[in-house]
Amino acid sequence: MNRLLRFIFYRVIVRFIVSIVLGLNVRHREKLPKQGPAIIVANHNSHLDTLVLMSLLPAQLLPNVQPVAAMDYFLSHPVLAWFAVKIIGVLPIKRKPAVRGDNPLLPCYDALSDRRVLIFFPEGSRGKPEILSNFKSGLARLSEQFPDVPITPILLHGLGKSLPKGEAILVPFFCDVFIGDQFYWTGDKKSFMQKFEQQMTQLASEGQFSTWE
Amino acid sequence: MINTSIDNNVFYSLVGLYLILAISSLITAALKKYKPNKDYAELIQRVNSWWIMVTIFTLAMVLSRSISLIFFGFISFLALKEYLSMIPTRRADRRVLFWAYLAIPLQYYWVSQQWYGMFIIFIPVYIFLLLPLRMITIGETKNFLQAAGTIHWGLMMLVFSLSHIAYLLVLPATDTFQQSGVGLVLFLVFLTQFNDVSQYIWGKIFGKRKIVPKVSPNKTWAGFVGGVLTTTILAVALSGFLTPLSLEMAIIAGLIISIGGFIGDVTLSAIKRDIGVKDTGRLIPGHGGMLDRIDSLTYTAPLFFHFIYYLYF
Repeated sequence: MNRLLRFIFYRVIVRFIVSIVLGLNVRHREKLPKQGPAIIVANHNSHLDTLVLMSLLPAQLLPNVQPVAAMDYFLSHPVLAWFAVKIIGVLPIKRKPAVRGDNPLLPCYDALSDRRVLIFFPEGSRGKPEILSNFKSGLARLSEQFPDVPITPILLHGLGKSLPKGEAILVPFFCDVFIGDQFYWTGDKKSFMQKFEQQMTQLASEGQFSTWE
Repeated sequence: MINTSIDNNVFYSLVGLYLILAISSLITAALKKYKPNKDYAELIQRVNSWWIMVTIFTLAMVLSRSISLIFFGFISFLALKEYLSMIPTRRADRRVLFWAYLAIPLQYYWVSQQWYGMFIIFIPVYIFLLLPLRMITIGETKNFLQAAGTIHWGLMMLVFSLSHIAYLLVLPATDTFQQSGVGLVLFLVFLTQFNDVSQYIWGKIFGKRKIVPKVSPNKTWAGFVGGVLTTTILAVALSGFLTPLSLEMAIIAGLIISIGGFIGDVTLSAIKRDIGVKDTGRLIPGHGGMLDRIDSLTYTAPLFFHFIYYLYF
C-alpha cells in the first residue's frame, strides 16, 4: 500500500509538477546510480530538491531510496511525520545528538549496509536560494565508513527560485539538474572535501545561470 | 469531437505539410547515405522534432476549438517560463511573476469569449498598470524599472502577441469573411516557419553580405531577400486555398509575414546576445528552446491578425 502510494506520489503528482509546471533541464542523466548502495549528494535550496531527485531515479529503485533529513523538522507534527517517512521516504537523523558521543549518522550506516540509496544534502538545512553554502563534513564521515560506496554529485539550480524556504507559492521556472561523475572516499577528509567541492564547482561552471538578487 | 470547421482545403494543406516532412526525411536519409563523411546528427534531430511539432500542432488544430486555445495558452506559458528563467530577475519579484503567469489563462479566456475589447487592452493596459502596483506593495526599489520593463516586455511578446494566433480561430463570420479560422492559423504559422527555413537555406547557398552583423552574424541579405521572395510567392499560392485574400492583399500578407518574421527572429537574437546564451532552452531537440521556435511568430501573429482585422472587420 505504502509502496503504491509512494509510486503514485512520485510518478504521477511529482512528475506532473516537475515536467509541466517547472520543466527540468537534466544533463548527464546516464550518470545517475542504477543500484544501491549509493550516495547522492546535492546542494539544498528548496523542498522541491528531494522530490525532483527522487522523481528522476529509475522506478524500481524508488522503494530503496531515502533522503536524509533532520528529525526535529520533519517529525515535529504527526501528519508531516507520516508523510515524510512513509510517502517521501525520509531517513530522519538528529541534528544534535542527545548524548555526547552519539553518532547521528548511525541510521545512514544501517541504510547503506542494507544496500539502499541515500540522498544527502551536506549543506544541512536549506540555504539561501541559489547560493552554494559551505558543505558540512557529515558526508566525509559517512564516506570514510563506506569507502566502496559511490558518491554521485548533483547540482540543482532554479528550484530555490520556484519554491524557496519559507514560501508557499510555487512560481514556475525552468530548473537545471546537472549530474556529475561518481567519486569515492579519497583517504583523508581534507582531500575528500576538496574533491567534492571541485566537482560541484565544475558542475556549476557547465551552466549559465541568470542572476537572482 | 472533431472540429467541424476543418474544411477540405485545410485537410489537403495538412496532407501537404506531411508530404513536405516526408520529403525532408527522405532528403536527410539520402544525404546520410551518399555523403556519409559529414555529420548530420543535428539535421536529423531537427527534422524529427518537426515531425513531433507538426503532429502536436495538427492534433491541437483538429480536435476542437477549446483544445486549440488551451494549446496556444500552453505555448505562451512555456515561452514565458523560458523567458523568465533566462533573464535576470529579482528575488523580491517572485509574487509579481506569479501574477504575470496568471495573465495567461485570463488572456486566453477573453479569446474564448470573443471579447475583443478586453483581449486587446488587457495586457497593454491593465496588466501594464497592475504589475508595478504589485511591485510597490512589496517595496523593493532597486532595479525597479528594469524589473517592471523586462517582465512586461515578456508578457507583451509571449502572451499578448502570441494570443493573436488564437484570436484568428474565433473571428466571427461576416458577409465578406466566411473563412475558417483554422485555415488562417495554418497559413500564418506555416508561412512563418517556412520563412525561417527558407531564409536559412537561401543564406547558406548565396549568403555573402551580412544584414545585421552586430546582432546575428549568420544572417545575410541573400537569405533575407530570398526568404521574402519565396515566402511571398508561396503566400500567393496558398491564399486562395486558405484565406479570403485577393492577389494584391496576398502579396502584402506574404511581405508582412516574411519581413515581420525576420524582425522577430533577430529581436530574440539580440536578447540572447545581450544575456549571453546561444539557445533559450533545450525543450526541442535540434532547435533549442520554445522561444527559438516561436520568435518570428511574436511579430507575424499580431501583424497578420491586424491586417486581416483591418480588411474584414
